[in-house]
Amino acid sequence: MEPIRMKYEVRSDDFSVAGEASGKIKRTLKDLGLDASVVRNVAIAVYEGEINMVIHANGGYIEVEINPDKIKIVLKDSGPGIPDVEKAMQAGFSTAPENIRALGFGAGMGLPNIKKYSDEMYIDTELGVGTTITLGFNI
Amino acid sequence: MDKNIFHSVRMDEDKCLGCMNCIKHCPTEAIRVRDGKANIIKEKCIDCGKCIEVCPHHAKYAERERLQKIIDFKYTVALPAPSLYGQFKNLEDANYVLAGLIKMGFDSVFEVSCAAEIVSQITREKIKNNKTGKPIISSACPAVCRLISVSYPSLLPQLLDMNAPMEIAAAMARREAIEKTGLKSEDIGIFFITPCPAKVTAIKNPMTLREPIIDGAVAISDIYPVLVQQMSRLAKDGKEIEDLQRSGKIGVSWAASGGESAALFHDNYLAADGIENVKEILSEIENEQLNGLDFIELNACTCGCVGGALTAENPFIAKRRLQILRKYLPVSGEHYTKEQEEADKDFLYWQKQPEANNIMRLADNLKDAMRIMGEINELEAKLPQLDCGTCGAPSCKSLAEDIVRGFADIHDCMFCTRNEYAQSQEPGASLLREILPAPFRTRKENKNADSKKSD
Ligand SMILES: Nc1ncnc2c1ncn2[C@@H]1O[C@H](COP(=O)(O)OP(=O)(O)O)[C@@H](O)[C@H]1O
Ligand code: SF4
Ligand SMILES: [Mg+2]
Repeated sequence: MEPIRMKYEVRSDDFSVAGEASGKIKRTLKDLGLDASVVRNVAIAVYEGEINMVIHANGGYIEVEINPDKIKIVLKDSGPGIPDVEKAMQAGFSTAPENIRALGFGAGMGLPNIKKYSDEMYIDTELGVGTTITLGFNI
Repeated sequence: MDKNIFHSVRMDEDKCLGCMNCIKHCPTEAIRVRDGKANIIKEKCIDCGKCIEVCPHHAKYAERERLQKIIDFKYTVALPAPSLYGQFKNLEDANYVLAGLIKMGFDSVFEVSCAAEIVSQITREKIKNNKTGKPIISSACPAVCRLISVSYPSLLPQLLDMNAPMEIAAAMARREAIEKTGLKSEDIGIFFITPCPAKVTAIKNPMTLREPIIDGAVAISDIYPVLVQQMSRLAKDGKEIEDLQRSGKIGVSWAASGGESAALFHDNYLAADGIENVKEILSEIENEQLNGLDFIELNACTCGCVGGALTAENPFIAKRRLQILRKYLPVSGEHYTKEQEEADKDFLYWQKQPEANNIMRLADNLKDAMRIMGEINELEAKLPQLDCGTCGAPSCKSLAEDIVRGFADIHDCMFCTRNEYAQSQEPGASLLREILPAPFRTRKENKNADSKKSD
């Protein structure tokens, strides 16, 4: 069966559109009639990934591949990279600047939540080059 | 899915000109224009009344009862929605409204705001005992409840599991009337004075009651002129007005957005109104971004029920008037005891679970749904992404879905038809290439047209 593929650009210059890509992906999964818990897990993980791209990495893009048994999501940016992945994964760890925190972001729960809600998570990051997070969700 | 499901929002074909105003505003994309007329897709419609509000030709209307229907009953009770109190200029005493309703022909009144106060009291308890880590969502606006069942079914378990104040008031009013008159239940007519079509639908098709318990809905806007007349007569009489009002500030405040939340006596809540805002908040709840909150109040209409499509006054004015009216009221009516709650359990709480409506799903199983979505995506890529509405669908994506489902044709998109003829040598094809409404002409095409004119 041909997988369903989608690609969304995430822009970093406009906060008002942050969350748009994850919203569209959520709508697609609902249209497919997927289980509410799967929809929720994907929606939360992708939302957090999308926000991270906006606040830490100057945007990027999200690729979605839906198969009958699995959803694969790739979040790719050409941002600064993550110097210490283990530290970044800790609940509450954040390097978000004060102005971003004032907007209600930067609680340091994004990466831990992505881990919690996905079935597989791989982080490939290189300083000065960018970060690619690959997620797998079982259906 | 029941195809014959009742809807209060209707179309008057004679008035519909087939303009595209409604299709763009419908929050569930339930309207298509075909053969010059708007069509409402019944399974998707949530009766919010948005199309009634935006239709410039008044072709959308809400089916409701006429006041004359009260003569079918030996004894009638009016259930005024709290929003009714906000409709009158210089009103300082809601007793004039209640006495006015009786002058109009009702035998008695039972304020929905009384039931609202009971719901507030119990909600406070429920919030204290809520251990789910997720906010409770108000279940008072039926348009919101229906929106959740159509587009956000995973949130159904978060709904406050109580019947709406209107329904609770109806059960109490009926019991009171039977006790007072000794009549049989079927001789007693209970009529809701409604601000909106969503409540009309909820009366006929209750989501969480075993069967309907209200005999009809009369629109605020329909009775408004007569009621005003009766009220001013009462005022002119100068006689002391009967004290019929039992509810206080809390119940009356439910008329406007934020009122239900304010009655919780703490501030860890969010209140949103207007259907587009409601959609955004529901999506945020789904993404678990609002888990820190205790309670979420959602009203489909701007400002809450004072903004309902069947009210008479501007919502902001009505809201302001309520502030004045409330000043003279006690905080709330009588305290509702644990014993009363126990005795009323049957109609306070859901008698049946609200059902998810899976109309938005493409198919019952994933493989079929994926196949259909593949076709939709392929088609959508061929469409111009203008979302112009001239095909009668609200967006290119929805046209693609309609085509795949067999309800529309690719030639309904004038751009696709035009492109097909772009290379054609058939007679008339060149004409087709030139005909295009102004917003869609490219600069080059404009120039061509201009040079032709000057030829
Ligand atoms: N795409 C990314 N590019 C660069 N750094 C990132 C990226 N995503 C996360 N980080 C780093 O990891 C930290 C933790 O991320 P997260 O758990 O989402 O918390 P928060 O976004 O609230 O800071 C961030 O503060 C940031 O330093
Ligand atoms: S907000 Fe009030 S008036 Fe508007 S649809 Fe909901 S219940 Fe009806
Ligand atoms: Mg984050």
